[in-house]
Amino acid sequence: MASIKIRAKNKGGVTTVKALMSHPMETGLRKNKKTGEMIPAHHITEVVAIIEGKTVFTANWSGAVSKNPYLSFKADGAKGDKVKLSWIDNKGGSDSIEKTVK
Amino acid sequence: MNIKRRIMLKKTLVGSAIAVAAGAGLLAPRAVLAAFPVEAFKAKSVDEAMKAAFGSNDSSESSDITLKAPDIAENGAVVPITITTSLKDVESISIISAKNSSPMIASHQLSEGTKGYVSTRIKMGKSSDVIAVVKAGGKLYTSKKEVKVTIGGCGG
Repeated sequence: MASIKIRAKNKGGVTTVKALMSHPMETGLRKNKKTGEMIPAHHITEVVAIIEGKTVFTANWSGAVSKNPYLSFKADGAKGDKVKLSWIDNKGGSDSIEKTVK
Repeated sequence: MNIKRRIMLKKTLVGSAIAVAAGAGLLAPRAVLAAFPVEAFKAKSVDEAMKAAFGSNDSSESSDITLKAPDIAENGAVVPITITTSLKDVESISIISAKNSSPMIASHQLSEGTKGYVSTRIKMGKSSDVIAVVKAGGKLYTSKKEVKVTIGGCGG
């Protein structure tokens, strides 16, 4: 699946990872305008980034992170490292992607 | 009532599914970093959220944290936030929006070798202070910036 777009670049020993995930990120506070019913919460709760087998970054999110979330972080590393990024949402959905650092 | 019960049930199910996965070693690396107390996301005030997340709201403002956010956010549904800190031993970087119905927005756990830098986009209900909370060396440091929102991004 391609719900994640990721870019990982290394410059001077620091790897910058930029990721864009496609997800509705419903807060559970919004109403369906036609039916007046509440739209149930559906958002990513956790994003885990693993570089070369080591967890470097974990994001814990509420529904207040924007739709189709963007995330960027920096960590020590080298060119050719493998970055694995995965997310889990509150409905049990998940996705992951692996990329080689350029 | 019934709806809440459904949601509760669902949450417990998801929770146990994660627990099972962790038990099976699928999410083993996760155990390396302390699990974030999810209750913090339900807190209704900044103080409550801080206490739920970090066990204390005892923090000091630090000039070593740079919080980059727009002065005026035209669309509250997408407010870009970038937090950079030069503090040592950064354990976590959290984002709080003071006037959202649930102020705690996101918390990012960093491990050794990860730089004190996070960039993401958040939703804001109305104009308020955005607070960056950095936990470094067991202490809490904050930095604030007011963001004016013209169109709210929560509810509606």
